[in-house]
Amino acid sequence: MGIDNRNTPKNFVLGQAGTRAGLPDRQAQNADNPSLVKVAEGIKVIPGANTLITTLDKLINWGRKSSIWPMTFGLACCAIEMMATGSSVYDLDRFGIVFRASPRQSDLLIVAGTVTKKMAPVVRRVYDQMSEPRYVMAMGSCACSGGIFNTYAVVQGCDEFLPVDIYVPGCPPRPEALMEGLLKLQDKIQKEHFRWSPWR
Amino acid sequence: MMEDMKSGLDNKTDDAPRIATKELTLSMGPQHPATHGVLRLVLDLDGETVVKCTPYVGYLHRGVEKLSEYRNYFQIIPLTDRLDYISSMAGNIGYCVAVEKLFDIQLPERAQYIRTIAAEMARITNHLLWLATHALDIGAMTVFLYCFREREVILDLFERMSGARLTVSYPRIGGVKNNVDAKWLDDLYRFTDEFPMRLEQYETLIDKNRIWLRRTKGIGIISAEDAINWGISGPTLRGSGVPYDIRRYMPYGVYDKVKWEVPVGKNGDVYDRYRVRMEEFRQSNSIIRQCIKQIPDGPVMADAPKFILPAKDKVLSDMEHLIRQFVLITKGPQSAPEGEIYVATEVPKGELGFYIISDGTGKPYRMRVRAPSFVHVAVLPKLCEGGFVADVIANIGTIDIVLGECDR
Amino acid sequence: MEPLEIAELLKEKFPIEVQDVTNFRDQVSVSVKRDRISDICRYLIDDPDISMDFLSDLCGVDYPERRLRFEVVYNLCSLKYKHRIRIKALIPEDDPSIDSVVPLWSGANWHEREACDMFGIVFNGHPDLRRILMPEDWEGYPLRKDYPLRGPEGFEYRKYEELKELHTHDDEWTIKS
Repeated sequence: MGIDNRNTPKNFVLGQAGTRAGLPDRQAQNADNPSLVKVAEGIKVIPGANTLITTLDKLINWGRKSSIWPMTFGLACCAIEMMATGSSVYDLDRFGIVFRASPRQSDLLIVAGTVTKKMAPVVRRVYDQMSEPRYVMAMGSCACSGGIFNTYAVVQGCDEFLPVDIYVPGCPPRPEALMEGLLKLQDKIQKEHFRWSPWR
Repeated sequence: MMEDMKSGLDNKTDDAPRIATKELTLSMGPQHPATHGVLRLVLDLDGETVVKCTPYVGYLHRGVEKLSEYRNYFQIIPLTDRLDYISSMAGNIGYCVAVEKLFDIQLPERAQYIRTIAAEMARITNHLLWLATHALDIGAMTVFLYCFREREVILDLFERMSGARLTVSYPRIGGVKNNVDAKWLDDLYRFTDEFPMRLEQYETLIDKNRIWLRRTKGIGIISAEDAINWGISGPTLRGSGVPYDIRRYMPYGVYDKVKWEVPVGKNGDVYDRYRVRMEEFRQSNSIIRQCIKQIPDGPVMADAPKFILPAKDKVLSDMEHLIRQFVLITKGPQSAPEGEIYVATEVPKGELGFYIISDGTGKPYRMRVRAPSFVHVAVLPKLCEGGFVADVIANIGTIDIVLGECDR
Repeated sequence: MEPLEIAELLKEKFPIEVQDVTNFRDQVSVSVKRDRISDICRYLIDDPDISMDFLSDLCGVDYPERRLRFEVVYNLCSLKYKHRIRIKALIPEDDPSIDSVVPLWSGANWHEREACDMFGIVFNGHPDLRRILMPEDWEGYPLRKDYPLRGPEGFEYRKYEELKELHTHDDEWTIKS
């Protein structure tokens, strides 16, 4: 049975991997069911039926990674670069990343700046208020390791009291570096397994 | 509208029985987008009116003063970046001016000009960020996006001169890190050409906006006597009509060689402080233009062999210079004059003072930073009490604080 | 008025209190006894020729080897005459207290709280003397010279220790796939 490639709609692509829709690799067709066309890793299209087959994991991860809402939570210098990344020139909105001022509606806590011992309980409380799935990004040297402030008042890296997913070094990191971190987080989310549990 | 509401409420208290409201304690911050960092205010509210306002600071206390006692004079420069991280260039220059006074180093002319240009650029970036966030807090989102567009231009110029966008560490004790080329000055000049036009854009956006006027005029009034008594400085003080500007009072750099004015307000409310800062944009712009026109050629580092790295070609050819370079880089300056100095400079936020006590070694015995933000936060209760809770946001914005400097 | 002239006037007016006058890079410091600091400051404000209306800075300094261990330094400025002077009040270690100058300059309020927080100097008559930068249940005075940079050995802030404890249990809350 021949397959008309032109019928494969382009907007079926999920994720960034591999082949583009519309140009399926004939080698990659499912041997058991030749009517399915593999368009990307784990995604198959039924031609002409306006339908695709994929795993729940992939669908949910795609949704999650495409709308990361970080918490508007600036601590120190890095917050200024975070604002610059979100504003007109660098424009994080194009990744679906919109800053959200409430921890209960945000997915990502960007620890942007020095965490002091006085501030640490507050940061932890903000993290605890966020609903699962939640991610933590340590932005800047201070949040990664304490940076140049090795003193009595400063926490030497926010991973001492938070489970950190992504570390972005720099003092402060450039907006491009923050974006790279966010893309890395998207990659990470892409590889997650969806869990039916009270927590995930 | 606010005034109408106020008078309406007053009438109500006269004629009708007042609605019994319970006092409410509201903790605002340290995680609040409008507190410009990690400031925490505990507000006691009676309905919409703020009865008592108690600021809590220290959430960003990093021990900079203690840390500088363990570092030599060179190594403190990066710490001063991170005090006032919005205008880090101004903080660097303030520290370097203080240490040069301690060491009694005279700067070459060109370095003075470059520093003045850089300080005024820092003032423009600082006020741009101030305007962006202040307007955003009050409800004008568009201004935020416009201001950041211009801010990026200056940050790019900073990057070209120093290698960093935000934490520049560009001035050195006895000069500046490297010379700037003619292309850079040209590009800066082109920016100053069009910047006044941009300023008009911002003013078109908010200056005649009724919401903006209602939320800024007559809010957060502080009289000149009170402002001086509280130790307020910078544009916040000038908004109350006191023409105190250290650049004019005790000139450093080349501020006495260029023509500029000290803009002052009249009523000391949020709107006047906004007008003062908008005027400072124009003055800074004009200072930069004059400096670019006047800037002479010459070296950018002073000739003080004890504290300043030798030229690279001499290091590669002469043993003595090589040793000097090695000692300065690995150990820093070996000695300093014994004494104590307090030097204040006018940073965008107000009077930034460095009080340095030297005991003769290469490290300061004590370094105290007199941070304008610290003083300004202390005055918040005075501005907020008796007003509406919505005006607290306007008041936080208008004093232009940055918590890294406040908590040090 | 030249700062040295102000120092001379102070010496005339308060001969017992003024201990020492130093001049370094045209900046004059006057060391005084702590007892009549309010009177000295009041005089500096009220005298029409001096008129030190602006308190630039107030901070503490620690000299562990001296008999009078602490100093409270007042950097004063006159907006009217554009002159500055520095007053240093000497304070012994066994009774680290001095009169507050908040009634004279309201701006001294937070500076004094900070000096109390960092050095343990008590300001008599201060309206609200609490810790300001450090948490209220912090132990020790960080800017004293005998306080190590990274905090005393084995000391950890209690609330932060609880956080670390919490963090070690984080994994139990996450269900492994």
